[in-house]
Amino acid sequence: MTKRITLTIDDQQVTVPAGTLIVDAARRIGNDIPVFCYHPKMEPVGMCRMCLVEVGRPVIDRTSGEALRDESGAPKMQFSPKLETACTTPVSEGMLVRTNTPVVEDARREVLEFLLTSHPLDCPICDKGGECPLQNLTMGFGPGQSRFLADEKIHLAKHVPLGELIYLDRERCIQCARCVRFQEIIADDPVIGFYNRGRRLEIVSYSQPGFDSVFSGNTSDICPVGALTTADFRFGARPWELKPAASICTHCPVGCNLTINVRREARAGGEWVIKRVMPRQNEQVNELWLCDKGRFGYHYVESNQRLTRPLVRRGEGWEEIDWEAALQLAAEKIGASAGLVTLAGGRLSNEDLFNLRELTLARGGKTVLYSDMAGGDLTARFGLAKGSNFGEMGKATALLVVASDLHQEAPLWWLRIKQAAQRGATLIVLNPRPTRLDKFAAHSLRYEYGDEAATMAAFLPGASVPPAYREAVAAFQSADNAVILYGSEGIGLATSRVLAQTAAAILAARGKVGVPNNGLVAVWQRANDQGAWDCGFRPLDNLAQTLREADVALIAAADPAGDDPALAQALNETAFVIVQDLFITETARRANLVLPAQAFSEREGSLTSGERRLQRYYPALPPRAGARPDFAITAGIARALDLDVEGRAAALVLQRMAKSLPAYAGMTYQRLAETTEQYPIIGRADLYYGGSAYDNHQGLGVQLGLLPAEMPPQPPLPLESGGVKAGKGELLLAPVTRLYDRGSTLLPSRLLEQRIALRAVWLNPRTAALFGVAAGETVRLNGDGWSLEVQVALDENVPAGVGLAVRSSGIPLTAAAAARLERTTLASQA
Amino acid sequence: MSEHILLRHRDIADIDQLEVYRQHGGFEAFRKALGAMQPGEVIQVVKDSGLRGRGGAGFPTGMKWGFCPNTIWPHYVVANADESEPGTFKDREIMESNPFQFLEGLMIAAYAIQANAAYIYLRGEYWQIAKLLDEKIADLQAAGLLGDAILGSRYSLRLYTHLGAGAYICGEETALLESLEGKLGQPRLRPPFPAVAGLYARPTVINNVETLANVPPIIHNGAAWYRDFGSDKSPGIKVFSLSGNVNRPGNYELPLGATFRELIYEHGGGIPGGRAIKAIMAAGASSALIPADDAALDTPMDYEALVGLGASLGSASVIVLDETVNMAWLAQKTTHFFKHESCGKCTPCREGTYWMVHILDRIIAGKAEEADIDLLNSVASQMQNKCLCALGEFSILPVISTVAKFRADYLAKVAAPLTEPQRP
Repeated sequence: MTKRITLTIDDQQVTVPAGTLIVDAARRIGNDIPVFCYHPKMEPVGMCRMCLVEVGRPVIDRTSGEALRDESGAPKMQFSPKLETACTTPVSEGMLVRTNTPVVEDARREVLEFLLTSHPLDCPICDKGGECPLQNLTMGFGPGQSRFLADEKIHLAKHVPLGELIYLDRERCIQCARCVRFQEIIADDPVIGFYNRGRRLEIVSYSQPGFDSVFSGNTSDICPVGALTTADFRFGARPWELKPAASICTHCPVGCNLTINVRREARAGGEWVIKRVMPRQNEQVNELWLCDKGRFGYHYVESNQRLTRPLVRRGEGWEEIDWEAALQLAAEKIGASAGLVTLAGGRLSNEDLFNLRELTLARGGKTVLYSDMAGGDLTARFGLAKGSNFGEMGKATALLVVASDLHQEAPLWWLRIKQAAQRGATLIVLNPRPTRLDKFAAHSLRYEYGDEAATMAAFLPGASVPPAYREAVAAFQSADNAVILYGSEGIGLATSRVLAQTAAAILAARGKVGVPNNGLVAVWQRANDQGAWDCGFRPLDNLAQTLREADVALIAAADPAGDDPALAQALNETAFVIVQDLFITETARRANLVLPAQAFSEREGSLTSGERRLQRYYPALPPRAGARPDFAITAGIARALDLDVEGRAAALVLQRMAKSLPAYAGMTYQRLAETTEQYPIIGRADLYYGGSAYDNHQGLGVQLGLLPAEMPPQPPLPLESGGVKAGKGELLLAPVTRLYDRGSTLLPSRLLEQRIALRAVWLNPRTAALFGVAAGETVRLNGDGWSLEVQVALDENVPAGVGLAVRSSGIPLTAAAAARLERTTLASQA
Repeated sequence: MSEHILLRHRDIADIDQLEVYRQHGGFEAFRKALGAMQPGEVIQVVKDSGLRGRGGAGFPTGMKWGFCPNTIWPHYVVANADESEPGTFKDREIMESNPFQFLEGLMIAAYAIQANAAYIYLRGEYWQIAKLLDEKIADLQAAGLLGDAILGSRYSLRLYTHLGAGAYICGEETALLESLEGKLGQPRLRPPFPAVAGLYARPTVINNVETLANVPPIIHNGAAWYRDFGSDKSPGIKVFSLSGNVNRPGNYELPLGATFRELIYEHGGGIPGGRAIKAIMAAGASSALIPADDAALDTPMDYEALVGLGASLGSASVIVLDETVNMAWLAQKTTHFFKHESCGKCTPCREGTYWMVHILDRIIAGKAEEADIDLLNSVASQMQNKCLCALGEFSILPVISTVAKFRADYLAKVAAPLTEPQRP
């Protein structure tokens, strides 16, 4: 228990933990000491001098250790001769802080006057204007008049691209270093820094490409002026024109809380338009941060390629039909079928999935999840317990991350797990190649692709432990708390099933089930895979065959044909295919009936994150005319079949789900909308944490309880190690996940074009030399039943003999497999 | 002084050669410390000697050494050879001409806090001195005075030189540490102080070159001997860098407490052309101007007495200004310097020096109004006590002191007294 300190700030007493800074202590009692450089998520630097206050400390008698008292009995106070920076000064017992005296008021006015001498005061054309701490604090505390001759102001470059995503206005920069510190301390991407000195000090990017960080957008949020703006939002709108809508990011299983800012635009025919996406504070999920995929990767919802009318196949072409006819047709086909297969993608909401389940089960069909990962049944029973929070994990916790490039698969988890390790958590990373997590790992161990399950088995009680693993196993076994995260690096369904079982067995054996800050986490490939598992959807080993044999395949939010020619071929043979989607995907091209679905930004819904936090999102935009939410489409089909499926509102669907699925018992939209006060306090009606979008009044979500673990999972038989091996002249091709993938919900965000993963095979330069191929060269890969041309890219971190292929890049690979690599040009021509 | 203690090269030819230095008692103090004294005893002797930091702050050296906690290792010693205060050129002479005395002092300091590595941080312009010191360090290595198991003891020490890139701020000890670590030269927040978390966040003693050059004679002759020089609170000897309007500018080694008059008239040969002295800057550009009346001239130059004149001794770089110098012009010169050298980290210094330059340029160009003098004073005053480090705090001293004491010089530069513009 941290010692608590009582101090007085302007006649008000406050008690806070020892080590609290004056500025934070004051904030707890509603006293907002103005700051620029201070940010509660970073160590203070005391640079801007805005937070100067008077600080008095009790005079202590050196011999007795007692506080001296004056005649009236009050403690004698000694005030320092200089004002002190409230952001760097920790509280001490009996301290007296004055924040409202003339001296302090003068200091604030004077520091602001200094800041404004070289600031361009171009608020009317500045993106930050309206939510700008400098503007706000000037109004609150600044001088009303300028004593500086306006035409003596320094002029510096105003459109400096630090990269293609973030622009710097050098005149506006007040050199608080928040951005530089964020990149160095929080993002561990020290790709920007200060150059030069004095007023000419400027932010520069050192990386190629410029500002090479997946967290770059956050610097624009925390910039206390309009110096850093995003290419997405700059000159796009004024903050006061924007309406905020609370949402949840649908790109990965972290479930970052978002605010979507929208406004109506005449040039869009009076329609509502998304102007930007910003983080919404949730200290248990994403804190104040967002990765750039979540921030910039929303543009697909406004694509003009979106479907707006149901389409029915007529020969080679399509015919638009009305919804009633479309639902009727779907109902007829489903009603007449004996073999319904419903294939759902993990970006669907729980309500969509639940309704699909209701329809499918009523018709005796199969609920199939489109995913290469297994274990959702185990995360529901052995998952992260209620009360767990990565943000609070430290010395007592061992975190084991296996088969995951977390920085790419779930950037915010990477960030928070890195910070847990920095707070003292024991981080163990098991992966076939180095990842960005290794740097923070106490134990970073390698295995060969194919050896995942055998490797994990070393952590089972009583297992024989290879010498290289002994320290890591001992560290893991001795930790008070244990968390295991597993991903899909190089593995498919079969291996991930064994991996999840082994992990669950390890946790169960140590009794780390149902205890806060313990449990199993799957780094799912899609945002709501966990919700899909909870609704009874399961991935299949024999998906192609199942689809081929289906009478009706109902496919929602998944594009199997786009990913794998074998699945495309299967769908060509399926009797009747119904597709619910936003776009004409490769799968939709093979459909008999296409039903246009609404995007997440146009409707309500709930998602279950990989930590099993149930969170709701709200509509940000009115729906595209003609599109319907998936849950309502399903309810429409069900109604035509006289089935009782709720389709009136997402909230009502969740009510049914809560009755039907024990894990969701008691869940309502009202509960998901509950909030409590969060620390750091941010986004209140203060004057200095700009970016009003941080506010979270719309819900922190609820962590689901675990289902009873009826019996400890059977520790699986140890797999033969090296299940897959490449033969002579072959590559071992392993699927990996890249943040900027080639998925249909990312490609339309053209802003990210330069960073999108290539359709390429990544080789170690030595492997490339062995095959006689060079970077940039086009080669032919021949796998099991497929053959295609890809580019060669080099990466020294790829193990020898291995080729990495990015999931969604068109290389049909669900698990590591052998492939032949052929040169397409003769050596003599190269 | 008949025989120099710090500037011994003035008495002994070729003392910059290791042989010669050793023939004249060189490295006896180091040998004594290493062979016959515990580190704590070395610190105690330096404490007892009353030696204070010669870089400007005048902090007791022995006390500084004593702050290094023995719970955190390794320790480092850094010699501050950045010598960038305008008017200061004493460390240069010591390092160029009597390098081994400085190096010996550095080595004793390192032994005293049990550091196994010591760094000499030199301003970028001192590249030729860095080269020279590298040669001297190689000589010491060859002589077995540096390296492992020095002189048969269990103590190891290595010395390294490091060049700055031309920034005044890197003479500030925490900015120096940043620069030495390869980072942008900007001062750090204190606490923690370098004695606890300095170079690479390890306990670090940072001493000025001249301070360290004092250490061998103190260890050799004892604290009491040293206290025979100077005053009770400011004991010892000091190299005064004399420049400006004097006949014989240069470095003068005098006991602390010598008067300005002695330095300027006896040693410096007085003012050229017999002109009247007008003002003195005792601490280079970072000085509050001292009007040079008789009382001031007879003030002993030590850490305490100068405070009585509203000034400070600093690094004792005495710049003499005669009656021909306009003090507004002087303030313009120093302010341009500080604006150029402001690192930009804290707001008041970055923006204030910049603003003051604009006003002073206006004044010197004869385009100012009288109200600009008060604006200048107001800008300087509102920088006071708000800056992150001493650069900003000291940058205003020439401005505030000249406005207060030489307002007539400013008035001579401004155009007609201010009249309110007539409104139609």
